[in-house]
Amino acid sequence: MSEHLLDLKEQGRDDIVELLDTAEAFFEVSRRPMRKVPTLRGKTIVNLFYENSTRTRTSFELAGKRLSADTVNMSVASSSVKKGESLYDTCKTLEAMHPDVVVIRHSASGAPHYLARHMRCSIVNAGDGMHAHPTQALLDAFTIRRSVGRLEGLTVAICGDIAHSRVARSACRLLRKFDCDVRVVGPRTLIPEHFAAAFDVKHFDAMEPALEGADVVMALRIQRERLGEALLPSLREYARTFGLDARRLAFAKDDAIVLHPGPMNRGVEISPDVADGPRSRVLDQVEAGVAVRMAVLYRLAAQRRGVPEPAP
Amino acid sequence: MALDTPPLVSELVSPEDLTRVLRRMASSIDEAIAGEDVALVGIQRGGAPLARRLAELLGRTVDVGFVDIAFYRDDVSKGLPDPRVGPTSIDFELEGRHVILVDDVLQTGRTVRAAIEALSDYGRPKRIWFAALVDRGGRELPIAADFIGRTIDVPAGARVVVDPERGALIEGAAQTESAG
Repeated sequence: MSEHLLDLKEQGRDDIVELLDTAEAFFEVSRRPMRKVPTLRGKTIVNLFYENSTRTRTSFELAGKRLSADTVNMSVASSSVKKGESLYDTCKTLEAMHPDVVVIRHSASGAPHYLARHMRCSIVNAGDGMHAHPTQALLDAFTIRRSVGRLEGLTVAICGDIAHSRVARSACRLLRKFDCDVRVVGPRTLIPEHFAAAFDVKHFDAMEPALEGADVVMALRIQRERLGEALLPSLREYARTFGLDARRLAFAKDDAIVLHPGPMNRGVEISPDVADGPRSRVLDQVEAGVAVRMAVLYRLAAQRRGVPEPAP
Repeated sequence: MALDTPPLVSELVSPEDLTRVLRRMASSIDEAIAGEDVALVGIQRGGAPLARRLAELLGRTVDVGFVDIAFYRDDVSKGLPDPRVGPTSIDFELEGRHVILVDDVLQTGRTVRAAIEALSDYGRPKRIWFAALVDRGGRELPIAADFIGRTIDVPAGARVVVDPERGALIEGAAQTESAG
């Protein structure tokens, strides 16, 4: 694995499997009475969040704390960004505090790559613009592997607002590495024309054929703010044509699982009975998130200043 | 300059002897901890099969668990020699029990230290013991084993390999004096 986690482009199938295996061990740690290990004692992790995200930030914070790292959160509302500081100056300021890992969420695609070029520490992308959200894709993969038993060659339908979704992009990138049959489905206004070709996936215009025989169905959040952009006529119409409900889910395999990155708009992209139903793995995804982020932080922080030294 | 020759391999414990050595260790354990509530915990990955074998040889039903010490190493910041992390499974209470940590080779003592720390995150045993098949010397911490199969000084450059099928082997310039 490289020293950053930016967009899963550099990670091969073996790197991903290794991360998921490590996450299994942290999953076990997260379920025992003593949910902390001393592994990253003395390491410093900065969570730099330019976009609101309670869940992802909390998940990273918990992951860092369970590894015994010193974890500090810098969020946009309380930082000097509001006072006009540039990203360059912020990263130079942070660098002077000697962090080992900086976790960044930014509305601009490529912001984590910019940090990686200008800072000496490891960078983890916690979501950049519409570009990538690699730890979400990893936790989805972890949840799928635990539920279905494997990742290779599965049929996965990703439904909804593909255009604005970094979750969809990272999921496509990861799942294609495992030769999954990935299908994206949604309104034409919400799937870019060249998306299917760029990510080597299949484009569907209707839910039923997209879900036919699927092992995994992933519903994406409809970002309500998009309504104003005239891409969607109304939430009610969206729910009627692309909402994931029991009738549509019946087209998938009998034991298909349902994923959603959260937060859910119940009754819009997913019906309440599916969200709370036996196929839903939404809460497993949250639990997986902490384990997967522990694995990522462990691999990156532990790898720094590498002088391998076997100690039997 | 050393010639580019294949590593010297010498047998430390033959496959036939392995069972005998383990049986003797089991009877020492039985003698030392008679009548107590005992559990065996193998240190991943070399100690795992030995913990299973010892449990069989103890002749009574004992719980067997496994611990991986990856997250308790004291050299994490120096890089990860082996990125693989084996499963830790301790599906029983440690409280008030005699727990025997089992490993294949004892050298620096750092692995055992980490394993003791890991164990204490799962509970508070009455006493932790340590059993190692081979004590090869070279300690870096004040640690000693309670039950040992074989004791032999092995130079730092050589490797001791324990395989349940092949016994214990020394790979590298074990008994030969270095000319350089």
